[in-house]
Amino acid sequence: MNLKPETIEKIDKLVPRYPTVRSAALPLCHLVQEDQGYLSQEAMEWIAERLDLQPINIIEIVTFYPMLRTEPTGQYHVRVCRTLPCALAGAYKTCKSFEKEFGCKVGHTSEDGKVTLEFVECHADCGKGPVVMVGEDEYTDIDPEKAAEMAAKMKSGELPNGL
Amino acid sequence: MALQETRLIFKHIDEEGYTNDIDCYVKNGGYEQLKKAVTMKPEDICAEVLTSGVRGRGGAGFPAGMKWKFLDRKSGKPIYLVCNADESEPGTFKDRQIIHQDPHQLIEGMMCAAFAIQAKLAFIYIRGEFFQGYKILERAIEEAREKNFLGDNILGSGYSCDIIVHRGAGAYICGEETGLIESLEGFRANPRIKPPYFPAALGAYQCPTIVNNVETLCDVKHIIEMGGEGFAKIGTPGNTGTRIWCVSGHVQKPGYYEFACGDVTLGQLINDVCGGLKPGRKLKAVIPGGSSAKILRADERFTGKLKDGTEFDWGIEDIPMDFDSLAAVGSMSGSGGVIVMDDTTDMVEALANINYFYAHESCGQCTPCREGVPWMRKVTQRMVDGEAREEDADLLKSIADQIAGRTICAFGEAASWPVQSFIAKFKDEFVEKAKEQAARRKEGEEVAKETTLI
Repeated sequence: MNLKPETIEKIDKLVPRYPTVRSAALPLCHLVQEDQGYLSQEAMEWIAERLDLQPINIIEIVTFYPMLRTEPTGQYHVRVCRTLPCALAGAYKTCKSFEKEFGCKVGHTSEDGKVTLEFVECHADCGKGPVVMVGEDEYTDIDPEKAAEMAAKMKSGELPNGL
Repeated sequence: MALQETRLIFKHIDEEGYTNDIDCYVKNGGYEQLKKAVTMKPEDICAEVLTSGVRGRGGAGFPAGMKWKFLDRKSGKPIYLVCNADESEPGTFKDRQIIHQDPHQLIEGMMCAAFAIQAKLAFIYIRGEFFQGYKILERAIEEAREKNFLGDNILGSGYSCDIIVHRGAGAYICGEETGLIESLEGFRANPRIKPPYFPAALGAYQCPTIVNNVETLCDVKHIIEMGGEGFAKIGTPGNTGTRIWCVSGHVQKPGYYEFACGDVTLGQLINDVCGGLKPGRKLKAVIPGGSSAKILRADERFTGKLKDGTEFDWGIEDIPMDFDSLAAVGSMSGSGGVIVMDDTTDMVEALANINYFYAHESCGQCTPCREGVPWMRKVTQRMVDGEAREEDADLLKSIADQIAGRTICAFGEAASWPVQSFIAKFKDEFVEKAKEQAARRKEGEEVAKETTLI
């Protein structure tokens, strides 16, 4: 495992703070995913060993929580909220606009690896729907026109990928 | 009734020049209540919280002081405090504002609560999608530590307590307090069986644990400031303090609005506070307390008796926004997420959208929920895809009836109540959908209509 020194430092600081080492499992999944972009088999085994657990203990967490990934995303990870308040504000149309611009169906990564487009559930900003996340950055009130503008900026590399 | 907001928790939210650092907070009187709290007897703070009558703001509305009273203090085990910042009930976006704009209010409320219950360690379980909120809280905690508002020997009181911010990873079920605890311990968030696992007795690490919502913990700070009796003067008896109503959907001005409990009616909230509906639209339905809450139909008459015996006869717009009134009309105030739907809304699509959510979020532990909720999703999806059957409404209700009450946690009800209430109130639309599709099929037309909500 080739983790950045700052990731190792964060991990070493975090683990002893918890009453049990196992409590650090989910935080470590986050830290390693942020470092590597996703959680490979090797990464899950590394986390398990670091916490004196079995690989299955980590795999069962990774397969349970939607935000943990076992595959890398495209350069841009676009998440469109589709839950009722965002849907009432037009989120499905927003997503269709992204699909058209990227030439890629929701739930998939574009062929050029530029974009992974996903539906997600409520992001708790329902007063400003439709809500779209690009990496860790939040964009609100995204109608289909704004989605097309965002897509253009992603294609040109102008928009930060939020990571 | 006055339409003036009572901003207690949201006093500084969106205030110009108000920043989320500790200097700004302290300049505005921050941490004075913690200074006061550590000079009080912990049991006196608990008594004030009980007197205040403050009910949990996360969804269930259980009196927080009572929850604290259930703490097992005889076991001698360490006590933990957990702030539930998972904010995952669709339609709810109040905790986000507190975390982003006024994080020290939460930290002060938490440390007051931690001192009161004599917690050894405190956690903030924050939903994974709040990337920025996580960073803000981490920074705020370090600022508070530097000023000795948390950590060792807080303000010279001899009491020590730290806060760990623990991030979730996108699972709705982590909002359920025992699921949250499982997640905190490093497991899948499968909720625990109660009894014996009431957190106050057997919570995190099998130790007594209090789990409270962000807003509830902020209330604790204000209860110390104004005293339990003073706090109880806000709102109405049994519905004390303020509520932050998060309004989304088909209104002109969606947003968050804080009112004393019972100070505003649903009609005032929609028409006056939120600027009403879009021109030419009519109100069709409202889900008043997050997507799990039972839907209210705009043309219903609500009659019955309140807890105190008062008879009521309300239209939807007359319902006072508080815990007991919304319960009395057969729904709930839940987490305060008010989802408004106008007459352009297709109720079958709306339910299909909700069912998609719950099917996605079932943890899979209990058979009725794991199997039944995706089944309900399949039925509503089929209906919008052009394969609706006239008997589908009854089928949906029958599945929901077999889930509710048969699961370890309240997710079974959370997933069933929307289905049961949509069918109870809009059955005609579900049947009509099947008839329309049959007619179009007969004419050789495209059977399914283009959908907007699913």
